[in-house]
Amino acid sequence: MLKRFWPWFWFLVGATYFLVPLYATLDFSLRARRGELSFAAYTSVLNDIRFIESFMFSLQTALATIVVSAIVIVPTAYWVQLRLPRLRPVIEFFTLLPFVVPAVVLVFSLARTYSRTPLTDSREGLWVLLVGSYVILSFPYMYRAVDTGLRSINIHDLTEAAQSLGAGWFTILTRVIFPNIYVALLSGAFITFAIVMGEFTIAALLAQPAFGPYMNRLASSKVYEPSALAIISFALTWAAIAAIQWFGQGAQARVAGPR
Amino acid sequence: MAPLTQTKTNQSTVTRRSLSWTWVGVAPFFLFVAAFLIWPTLSIIGQSFLDQERRLTLQNILELGHPFIVSSYVYSVQLSAVTAIGGGLLGGLLAYAITIGGLPRPLRDAVISFSGVASNFAGVPLAFAFIATLGQLGVVTQWLRSIGISLYPAFSLYSFWGLCIVYIYFQIPLMVLIMAPAFEGMRREWREAAESLGANGWQYWRYVGLPILLPSILGTTVLLFGNAFGAHATAFQLTGGGSQGNVITILIGAQISSDALANPGLGNALALGMIVIMGISVGLYTWLQRLSARWLRS
Amino acid sequence: MSFLEIVHVHKRFGTTIAVEDFTLAVEQGEFISFLGPSGCGKTTTLRMVAGFEKPTSGQIVIDGVDVTNMPPNRRNIGMVFQSYALFPNMTVADNIGFGLRIARRPAHEIRVRVEELLRIIHMPEFGRRYPYQLSGGQQQRVALARALAIQPKLLLLDEPLSALDAKIRASLRQEIRDIQRQLGITTIYVTHDQEEAMALSDRIVVMSRGKIEQIGTLFEVYNFPATRFVASFVGTLNQIEATVVDAAIGLLAVEGQQFRIARPLPQHRSGDRVNIAIRPELIALDGQFNSAMNRLSGTVEDVTFLGSIVRVRLRLAANRLSMDIFNNPHLRLPQPGETITVHFAPEACLAPGDDTPREASNAQPLSASAAEAA
Repeated sequence: MLKRFWPWFWFLVGATYFLVPLYATLDFSLRARRGELSFAAYTSVLNDIRFIESFMFSLQTALATIVVSAIVIVPTAYWVQLRLPRLRPVIEFFTLLPFVVPAVVLVFSLARTYSRTPLTDSREGLWVLLVGSYVILSFPYMYRAVDTGLRSINIHDLTEAAQSLGAGWFTILTRVIFPNIYVALLSGAFITFAIVMGEFTIAALLAQPAFGPYMNRLASSKVYEPSALAIISFALTWAAIAAIQWFGQGAQARVAGPR
Repeated sequence: MAPLTQTKTNQSTVTRRSLSWTWVGVAPFFLFVAAFLIWPTLSIIGQSFLDQERRLTLQNILELGHPFIVSSYVYSVQLSAVTAIGGGLLGGLLAYAITIGGLPRPLRDAVISFSGVASNFAGVPLAFAFIATLGQLGVVTQWLRSIGISLYPAFSLYSFWGLCIVYIYFQIPLMVLIMAPAFEGMRREWREAAESLGANGWQYWRYVGLPILLPSILGTTVLLFGNAFGAHATAFQLTGGGSQGNVITILIGAQISSDALANPGLGNALALGMIVIMGISVGLYTWLQRLSARWLRS
Repeated sequence: MSFLEIVHVHKRFGTTIAVEDFTLAVEQGEFISFLGPSGCGKTTTLRMVAGFEKPTSGQIVIDGVDVTNMPPNRRNIGMVFQSYALFPNMTVADNIGFGLRIARRPAHEIRVRVEELLRIIHMPEFGRRYPYQLSGGQQQRVALARALAIQPKLLLLDEPLSALDAKIRASLRQEIRDIQRQLGITTIYVTHDQEEAMALSDRIVVMSRGKIEQIGTLFEVYNFPATRFVASFVGTLNQIEATVVDAAIGLLAVEGQQFRIARPLPQHRSGDRVNIAIRPELIALDGQFNSAMNRLSGTVEDVTFLGSIVRVRLRLAANRLSMDIFNNPHLRLPQPGETITVHFAPEACLAPGDDTPREASNAQPLSASAAEAA
């Protein structure tokens, strides 16, 4: 036992760092009523119409992001693996770029470049910019997930088999490839979901009524509700990651997120 | 290789046109990236060398030397460096503990899963969590007060060290996620070979173990640096995002809604500086990871 | 007292018995192979000699020193691993010099010794390269040089050639043998490849299920296998199901054709069915007639050309019989479907009851006791 002292010690330090804030937040969120533990803060949050609106807005945005990202990434990853393997490093470079260009710089660039165009002058245009930015942020995870998924099936044989049976490209993609990488795609989708639901920077700077900016505003007027929101948000992230591990054979959730 | 032979037969029958069709398959991706990432970024970089009359100038870059801006960059660099080293150290030791440290397997899986969640749990809700923990009314603050230790006013969550503590929360799991596989890649035979050649445990780590891990450790620490440097939401929530600005990302964000520096070109230069620093750190990370991958390939 | 003595060593992992009552004496300069299928305990035994595992009971003595409980880094043993295990962060020269550096030898001495070893492994120009720049065969040669650099008392090789392709395997095998002879270093070589064991070893230890089946020279193990397991694991073995005609004189029959074996079968009565084993190369095509030889006729099933030898498969009732003929351009090869007669000596047959271990030769001081038929 003594031999394992240091591993246990560092494990406990890490566990403390991870868990104490969560415990504290939970504890804090239950103290909205003086002298008793209650779900008052949660009821108050969940009954807030702005909560529901912003949550639904972010939900829609997340779904739109996932759909667009999948439509762009699946054919690309498929095509690169089938026909253009030498393009792989290039694609990987581009999917690395969102780390070089952080969210705040990305949204700054977009806002300046497309200022005084329909993209920034209308509600719809701003939403397109929002989804576009999120799709860019989702590329690293989506591409990696789909690429791994494609590697695990023999896409050459599947494609040729489908071709020999008379299928066209659209049919091959939608009826053969897509169903086979469904699970890999899901893991990319859930991580994208987790990122979009909690994202603050881009949504706030594009003045979008999203969940992140709502949480930020709430803090200035309430004390206990933000903790309840933090717990809800953590549970949401946890559910998304758990879903990845549940569906995916451990296709790992990587680096991410709204900082 | 199958794909090559296949392309070849197609070309010989369908002639050259099939080659250009091949590229059509990846066109949507490149168009999307061009519209939403490359073009805006390049245009910002380009504009940082133009003045308001669109003439070539270095004035914007030179104005980065303004003490107010320099102090922002320095603050961000310090914050990123401290949290990269602190988070890297704690995360590295945790990754070591759950892999070759010999802790039970379920603990390893639990920590990896939790790290997946925690590395995604940042921004506004993370700030809330720490306000509930170490804020003036925070649970830990109150508990410490009850045993006679008062954190405030000596400490503040909204100060440099407060930010460090919060940032490290999302730095540790990132380190764990990248370093755990690296530790698991350490082969038992290396240790045994070293032992059979007379090395003791310390000598093994000094000459073999640590040098092998060093590129990964350094590379990941650099990545953590970039991770903190680009962070915006967490700092914004904690510091209120006032135009006073201390973290560089907040300063850049402030240029969008209101041109606080009264010079659009300077805003572009700020973003350029940020891209340069992030580019260096991601490039360094990639290079170090390749170095270690090359070593470990055989 | 021998140079290396392994005395009644047992090793248990939990409830699994990995090695059971292993006793072996190795002379200085000898090349010994541990041969057996995977999981037979050969690697575990080697790792106990190296010090990476502690025996559950028993004793290991090297050069008069009991090392049973000595940590590996004090045993002065050179080890070569299947996966090469070169330190990826060091150049070839630094890898080879590692042990000397740990021993705090002066730099110039290390340099001279490294150069000498690079010459021995025929890689004098490779000192500044990194392991990832080398082929598998080159890496394993460097690993060998690294193990030899410390002038170890013992050289242990754990399946060193398994990860390499066939051609390099053969040439490196020869190189290992040459270097071992040149330096006269006592060597234990673990392998599951009988050809490798045969090409290299002075003596072979055949193991199965944690136990020693037989210890002996190549000649002994091949020609006088102590157990049926050894006979079938080392070389190829034909099995013929025959009926006993006269147990007292060892007369048997298969499909009405009678043949003799070299000894009586006291435990059997006429009419019993027994399994007889015989090596392919001890069966000859019809040729010079000798009344002492057995003759059997069968139908040729197929003929496989293997280069220097031709393997012919015969069908004899329910039995298949393989035989090897040396290739010769003037040879008239039998055709499938043809009926041919083959010859073999009664002494070439292994009958049941040969399963009890026997002393293969007087050169072997320790008997492989308690070995059972596999």
